[in-house]
Formats: sequence, structure tokens, C-alpha cells
Amino acid sequence: MDPDSATAVRVAAAEQEALISGSEAVAVATRLADVDVLTAYPIRPYDTLMQYVAKQIANGEQDAEYIVAESEHSQFEIAKHAEAVGARAMCGSSGVGWCYAFEAIAVTPALRLPLVAMVGNRALDDPGAFGTEHNDALAARDLGWMHVWVDTAQEALDTTLMAYRVAEDRRVFLPCAISTDGAFLTHSQTLVKIPPQTWVDEFLPPYNRGDLRLHPDNPITIAPQVNEDWLMEIRRQTDEAMRNARGVIEEAYRDFRRIFGRGEGNPFFEEYRTEDAEVVLVGMGTLSMPVKVVIRKLREQGEKVGFVRVRWFRPFDHERLGALLSRFRAIGVIDRDFSMGSPFNSGVLANEIRATLYAQDRRPPVVSFIAGLGGREVTIPAVKEMIEQTRRAAAAGKAPADTQWIGVRA
Amino acid sequence: MDAKLQVPTLDSPLPVLEPIKGVKKAPLEEYFTSGHRTCQGCESALVMKLMVKAAGPRTVVLGSTGCMYVANTTYYSTSWVVPWMHTQLGSSGSAAVGTAAGYRALMRKGKIKREPINVISFCGDGGGADMGLSAISGALQHMDYNHLILLYDNESYANTDIQASGSTPYGANTTFSPHGKAKRILHKRWKKNMAAMLAAGHPECRYVGTVCASYAVDFMNRIRKALSIGGPTFIHSLDPCPKGWDYDPMLSHELGELAVLAGIWPLFEVEQHQLRLYGKTRAIVEGRQKRLPVRDYLMKQGRFAHFTNDDIDYFQAKIDEMWTRWLIPGVLPFSTDVLNERPPA
Ligand SMILES: Cc1ncc(C[n+]2csc(CCOP(=O)(O)OP(=O)(O)O)c2C)c(N)n1
Ligand code: SF4
Ligand SMILES: [Mg+2]
Repeated sequence: MDPDSATAVRVAAAEQEALISGSEAVAVATRLADVDVLTAYPIRPYDTLMQYVAKQIANGEQDAEYIVAESEHSQFEIAKHAEAVGARAMCGSSGVGWCYAFEAIAVTPALRLPLVAMVGNRALDDPGAFGTEHNDALAARDLGWMHVWVDTAQEALDTTLMAYRVAEDRRVFLPCAISTDGAFLTHSQTLVKIPPQTWVDEFLPPYNRGDLRLHPDNPITIAPQVNEDWLMEIRRQTDEAMRNARGVIEEAYRDFRRIFGRGEGNPFFEEYRTEDAEVVLVGMGTLSMPVKVVIRKLREQGEKVGFVRVRWFRPFDHERLGALLSRFRAIGVIDRDFSMGSPFNSGVLANEIRATLYAQDRRPPVVSFIAGLGGREVTIPAVKEMIEQTRRAAAAGKAPADTQWIGVRA
Repeated sequence: MDAKLQVPTLDSPLPVLEPIKGVKKAPLEEYFTSGHRTCQGCESALVMKLMVKAAGPRTVVLGSTGCMYVANTTYYSTSWVVPWMHTQLGSSGSAAVGTAAGYRALMRKGKIKREPINVISFCGDGGGADMGLSAISGALQHMDYNHLILLYDNESYANTDIQASGSTPYGANTTFSPHGKAKRILHKRWKKNMAAMLAAGHPECRYVGTVCASYAVDFMNRIRKALSIGGPTFIHSLDPCPKGWDYDPMLSHELGELAVLAGIWPLFEVEQHQLRLYGKTRAIVEGRQKRLPVRDYLMKQGRFAHFTNDDIDYFQAKIDEMWTRWLIPGVLPFSTDVLNERPPA
């Protein structure tokens, strides 16, 4: 038995299981992480996180400043300033609420504040829609936030702990957004292993802001007026931090595996039945469920299909992802988002994958799909259709030039 | 009304800040010093200096975007001796809450030393009375956090080139409300009654006051009171701005005095629900000081140079109304019998 699996046995013995939703899993993680300041503002589905936090506070299970703000903008600003004095903070939002906070979201990375936020992914309504769509979180993709998409409640809990560990690493000091698909994950209950406090404490050191802490004992001036004299150097430093995050994420997952005994494989993306696959689908979040179901079925019939679920979208693991994807004969990318007027009228992920593949010697055709917008279910027939189209591209050695909208009325 | 109303939780340690008894007793130490690039005669720079002088070294200052950010914190030449952090234009309220909440949690959990730390968050009139009003209102409801929000009111969005705000006086010439050939007056809004609005609207808040740095000792003592009383507090300062108001920079101090003496800027405080007029405002109300005509104040400033006699009369009538018709003169404008004044065409 190797040391890793020995730990796993210890873990399985000591963890408790609970039937909880994705939002509740994040709430439990904030308690385990001893978060100091949490801010709330209602919008579905994000509000479920803070409803659970509120219960934990009311029942004396969690010791934190829990602040109901008067807007998302204030939610993020309060959390941002709490982070500046060395307090660990958590907030988040969904859809237009995330947009309402955008100013605060935009400035947090350059301040090098390791705020962790949950995005309960939701359509940007108007027109009114509660369902999941990734454009809210993706709107902030270029700003210096780390972005991770999770798939299950267990992953939501584990990733929240991981997010603090990575964000608060002095080599990184960047905020991190955890995307959870509205309803499919935020509201769906599954059995989740809740680790004991001792393991969390071993994994997650206290937040130490060091000489960047705002306190009378450390009289610094934060965010002065730099203009063209210095801004470019500061942007470059933030970029450096994001580059560092790749290695720090690897370290964190390795350590997580050692202590918790789970979290196998590459932290950046999950591979499902890719070993000998000829075509694969690529996507993020909970659409993995119907995709995996179809792939399992097709595999039973001897078809060589697989799935790659992108977990960390920022930083993006272009090297390993590019190397992996170049092996296949064709790739179908499913975007639960849109980027109107973009190259090939694709969603965001498809063009990231195209850019990633460009550096490879072998560049298989990429079919881009848009599906599941506004929380529309990505059905089994829809997945089959996408695999079929991807297979046709493999046979032709060429993908259709334009993006395919799946499951949409004509 | 009982002056000692109970506040639910005031468990963060509070500083002891004795009143300063006369200008010669003011601390000599400066915590806002050289390195700033404000205009000559900028009253707001003086406000910053007096504010931290009164608060002392165990203070953290948050500043929202505006002249007092842009002109005071050039990279490598900050004028702040105490720790300082920028906050977004509409975020002075949230910055105060986040900072105070962070310290409170860390002290309660024993992660940092338990001690009083003054948290002051300042904003301009654009940042505070317009964009950040909602966040300030939210901040004044969270009684767990000790902090002071100071609004320095230069009566325009000054840093972006003097644009009209909700705090710009009626009729003033700004780059968004120029005096033109067809329209003598573009800015027709009456200045927001910010301090009284916040005092009336936040019944738990223990201190709201107005100040004018022309009366420096009074000013510093109000800062001290606000910082040591507990919970969230708010102070509104009227700051003459030579660039925006268009006058000789040597007159800043006099213009502040004139605003008070003409009854345009009432000095008052609401301390644990007790309203008190103070300084020259009180002298006017008690008949010890004559209220001066608004003309004496308006005509010293280029921003009102286009005013006709009718405009001045209208302005005067509105100010007279404050003192003769308002339910609480100079503070609260409710009245069962309001003058139906209309601005001159
Ligand atoms: C969200 C946002 N909108 C607009 C601006 C542009 N801006 C920078 S300073 C400023 C003026 C703020 O006016 P005020 O709060 O009165 O402060 P002052 O400049 O007068 O000192 C504005 C509008 C900004 N920084 N942020
Ligand atoms: S424009 Fe007014 S407030 Fe701004 S620095 Fe100049 S005098 Fe001060
Ligand atoms: Mg202003």
C-alpha cells in the first residue's frame, strides 16, 4: 500500500457524510476555513449559500462577522476591505448581481487581495431567467481573478478550501471565483464527506498578509495614484502572480490528496474515458452529468468517445490541455455561454480551446456548440447529437465553420 | 428623550479622545503632511490634516476616489503618515464597514491585539451624497462597527473638472451646468440636506454632525466625539474649493465663515438623538449674531457671477425659509405650510 492510499483509509474512517446541496457544501467549507467576514445580498441561486451561513451563525456553529449588505457592490467592497486588514472573507453573487458588483470585482486583483467568491452561475436577465449560464462569471475572465468550475457538492466543498489555500499563498495573493451551476449544483443535494477540523487546519494555514496588512502598526498607503508611470509594472506583477498560481494549485492539490485522500488526477481538468478516445467533448460544470451518461452508453457499444471537463479556467492549463487534445481526431466544445460576434460566433471556451490548439503540431478540427443556456437542460439526445457532429468532423477532417446551437427552436 | 439610549452591541474597544480646549492645546503632530498636490487654498486638504490630527496615530484612513485621492497619494510621495487605502467612488460606507468588521473579527478571535483602532472613511460629495449614498446608509445601520464617514463637500465632482453633483448649490456654474446664452441657469436642483437626512433616517446612529474647517477647534472636537462615541458615525464638512467655486485662494477660510454666517451652512450635531446647533449657527438662532445676506457669500464666487438680482432673491428666500418655516430651523424641512417658491424663469 503506498503512503497516499494509506492516508485514504484513515480519511474514509474519520470523515462524516451529510446529504447537502452545493451551496451548503460551500457554507460548510467557510465554517471549516474559519472565515472571518461574510457578506450577503439576495439573488438566486447564490443567496442559498448565505442562507446556510446565516443558519450556522444563528446556531452558534460559526464565528464570523456576517453582514447583510445593501447591494452586491457593497458586498464585494466590504469583503475586499476586510481582506486588506488580514481578515479572511467570502462573498459572491449570481447573474446581474455579479455585474452590479463589477467595479469591486475589477479592482480586487491588482490590490492582491485573496478574496474567495462563489458564483451561482445564472443568466444575465433581462429577459427574466433564473437558470444557469456562464456569462456572469466569464465577464470577469480577463481581470486577474482565478476561476474554477466545480461539478459536484463534494468538489464545491473541497475546492473552497483549496481556493483559500491557493489565493492566500504569498506567491499568488489573487482573488478566486468558484463557479457553481445554478440549480443543478447549488440546489441539488448529494452525499458529501465533511472532513474533521484537524485536517482542514493541517491543510489551510492562517491568512497572513504580512507587510501588506493595513494596520496602524504597518502604516502603508494602498492603491496610490500610479498612472502611466507605474501601472504597467503593476499589471505585470499581477500577471506574474497568475502564472505562479499554476504551480501553487498543483502543490495545493497534492497536499489535499495527502491529507484528505481524494482529488486524484490533474487539478486543472478532469478526463473521462479519454484513454483511447477518438473524439471528445469538452465543457465546464454540471453538463458533465448527461455527457458522461451518453459516453458510458456509447462505450458499451464499443465507441471510442470521451469527455474533458475543464475545472480551472483561470489560470488555464494550455500546455497539458493542448497536448491532450491534440491526440484526438476531433473535439466538440460545449459552451454554456455566448460571446456574440466572436471568431466563428463561438462561445468563450471554444475559442480558448482553439487558441490552445494552435500551438500544437497536430490540430484536430474543433466543432463549437452552444447549449443549455438559461438553465435549459442539456439532454441525452442533445449530447448524442453533439457527439455525432464531432464524429462527422473527425471523418471529414474538418469542422463546420460556424457554431452549432443545440436544443434550440428553429 | 433619553440621551443614553442603549445600543445593542458596542463591544469593540473605543478610544478615549478628550476634547481639545483651544487651538494652542491642539496636538503638534501631523499625520497628513507634505507630498500632496492639491490646489493652492484647497480647504479639503486642511480638512484631511485636521481630521487625522484630531484622530491621532492609531488611525486607519480609507479614501474614496476624488481630489483627496488623486492629489494626495501620488505613488512614492503619499502625504499620509497613518495607513491609508483607496476605495471606489461609491464605497466609503462599505470600506468603513469592511475595515471595521475585519478588525472586530480578528480581535474577537484573538488573531490580533484587542485595542481601539480609529477607522475613518472619507468621500467627496459626488462619491458620498450621490453615488455612495446607499452604501453610507447601509453602513450607518450596522451598529457593531465603530467608524466615522467624513464627507468633504466641495460642492462638485471637482477632480473630473468641476461637474454638478447633488450637492452643488442651486444655479452654480459647473462644466456640466454652464451659464449660456439661452439658459442662464442649467443646474436647478437644490442642494441635498445630507447630514439631517442621514440623522433622521438612521435612528440608531449615535453621531451625525456638520462642520466647517474655518472653525478648526470645533471641527477637530467633532471628529473626536464621532470616533469615541461608538458605532457608525457621519460628519459632513463644507469645503470651499478655489478652483470649483472660482475665487481668490486666499479667501477659503472667509468663504467657509460666510457660508455659516449667511445661514447657508448650519452647524449642528445630533448626538445620541439630541440635536444641538453650535458655534456661529447657534449665535444666529439665539440672536447674538446677525444672519448675513446670501449676496455677501454668493457674489464673492465666480460660479454665481451670472446671477441676476432675481436669482439672488430666490436664493435668499429659500435660505430664509430654512430659518423661518422649517419644522426644525436649519435642519429639517418639513412644514405644514411650505412656501410655494418657484425659481425665477
Ligand atoms: C465609478 C466611477 N465613476 C466615475 C469616476 C470618475 N471620477 C473620478 S473622481 C470623480 C469626482 C468625484 O467627485 P467627489 O466625490 O465630489 O470628489 P472631488 O473630486 O470633488 O474631491 C469622478 C466622477 C470614478 N472614479 N469611478
Ligand atoms: S479642485 Fe478644489 S478640492 Fe480639488 S484640489 Fe483643487 S481646491 Fe481642492
Ligand atoms: Mg466634490
